[in-house]
Amino acid sequence: MLKGFLLAAAFAMVPTAMAAPDGARLYSQHCAACHGLHGEGGVGVPLALPDFLSTADDDFLRKTLRNGRPGRVMPAFRSLSDTEVDALVAHLRSFAKPGAPAPRKLSTQSVQGNATRGGELFATHCASCHGANGEGGHGTGVTFSRPRNLPIMPPALNNPGFLAAASDAMIKATLMRGREGTPMISYLDQGLSEQDIDDIVAFVRSFEQRAPAKIRAPVDEPMFLEAESSYSLEETVENVKRAAIGKNFRIIREQSLEHGFFPEDQENAKQVIVYFCNFNFINQALSLDPRVGLFLPCRVTVVEQDGVVKVLSINPKHLSALYNNRELDEACDQMTELYEGILEEATL
Amino acid sequence: MRLPRLLAFAGLLLASVAHGEQLFMARSPLSFPETMLALQDAITTQGYTLSRVQHVDVGLTEMGFTTDKYRIVFFGKPEEIRTLSARYPQLVPYLPLQVTIFAEGEETLVVGADPLMLQRLVPDPAMQPVFARWHGALVAIMESLRQLR
Repeated sequence: MLKGFLLAAAFAMVPTAMAAPDGARLYSQHCAACHGLHGEGGVGVPLALPDFLSTADDDFLRKTLRNGRPGRVMPAFRSLSDTEVDALVAHLRSFAKPGAPAPRKLSTQSVQGNATRGGELFATHCASCHGANGEGGHGTGVTFSRPRNLPIMPPALNNPGFLAAASDAMIKATLMRGREGTPMISYLDQGLSEQDIDDIVAFVRSFEQRAPAKIRAPVDEPMFLEAESSYSLEETVENVKRAAIGKNFRIIREQSLEHGFFPEDQENAKQVIVYFCNFNFINQALSLDPRVGLFLPCRVTVVEQDGVVKVLSINPKHLSALYNNRELDEACDQMTELYEGILEEATL
Repeated sequence: MRLPRLLAFAGLLLASVAHGEQLFMARSPLSFPETMLALQDAITTQGYTLSRVQHVDVGLTEMGFTTDKYRIVFFGKPEEIRTLSARYPQLVPYLPLQVTIFAEGEETLVVGADPLMLQRLVPDPAMQPVFARWHGALVAIMESLRQLR
């Protein structure tokens, strides 16, 4: 009886277990935050552009989902199953306007071109947006409520994730047709010949020969910074403030760790957080990546426990690895140095 | 823990393991003020107390920078904050828990780090259920924002 029941229960579960993944739900969960609810872009680049959808084949989309863009915000979704990736790709296809042509069947053959000549053409026509070495534009995506130099972040063409996903034919088609709705224009319309475009494709492909920059992993760095102080808690707090001001920060707040959790007279006065800001630095960091709130505001906590006073802070170098944004890594390296300096000055 | 709650928790955990990333993000189709209210509601629904909201945009605007709404919301469970910060001082830089909320045009984005990353900071097995609970709460908060209409 029990065996029969278990068998029936197992069969009853099969349809659920085998149900096709819901692409819309997966998109909402994994992609919409950056690429917009309908692929209009945001922190991420827009996906609902007709020219993009017609030149990006399913293989490009699958590889992009799997490998991401190392160091360029787009993460690698390695834990998604193949059917989930397919469901996401199918959902991305739903962004195409009604009646839009199906994605072009592009050749898988390599484009033959002169990379040296292509490099010269790239420097003239592409480098101003995509960078001299194809490193791409600064910042993220298309929209953030702050001034930007360009309406969209030009992709990094030297990115290993891009090079693994994009076929020569896709790069060529993009150069020939451009992408309406972005600054990427048709270079055929600009007077380049097909041979010129082949040479540029060969140059872009040559980025594969260069060693990719190292990507920071969270485990590379300690998670927090710490220093023991020989001063009293109160003196150390004052030292922290003085050190922060000395590094061009403005003190914005001093409070106990338990502030807001307990009535003021019951807060543990031996855990003091000093908040400080350099608004110019914050503005620059937000322009690199609007998601950097985890670091904000800058803060150092002074703790006295069992007669020992310690100064603690996050390690921005560790947290930066979460963002997959190489530009942010550089700002975080600077931030870690500043924190280390403050901790050292406050405790020596 | 009762079975339905256990299953729901396991479901949330499995769902988020599939995220494959340590940064949780959600886009709300609603404006910043509406999403902020929903976020605060979601945090308290999960049993946490809001301790403070940092108005980053206010400071930036006062300094002459152009920005839309950008806030940091701090939250936690009072007794838990007290106990854990005393027992594991290395956790202090990451307490209270925090999420970032900012306007992007007419929509709103919310970002938070997966609390499971703190396992590396405190490998004590006794803390694993706590981190898992924080993780489950953040997954649920994010999902509730995605569902806003």
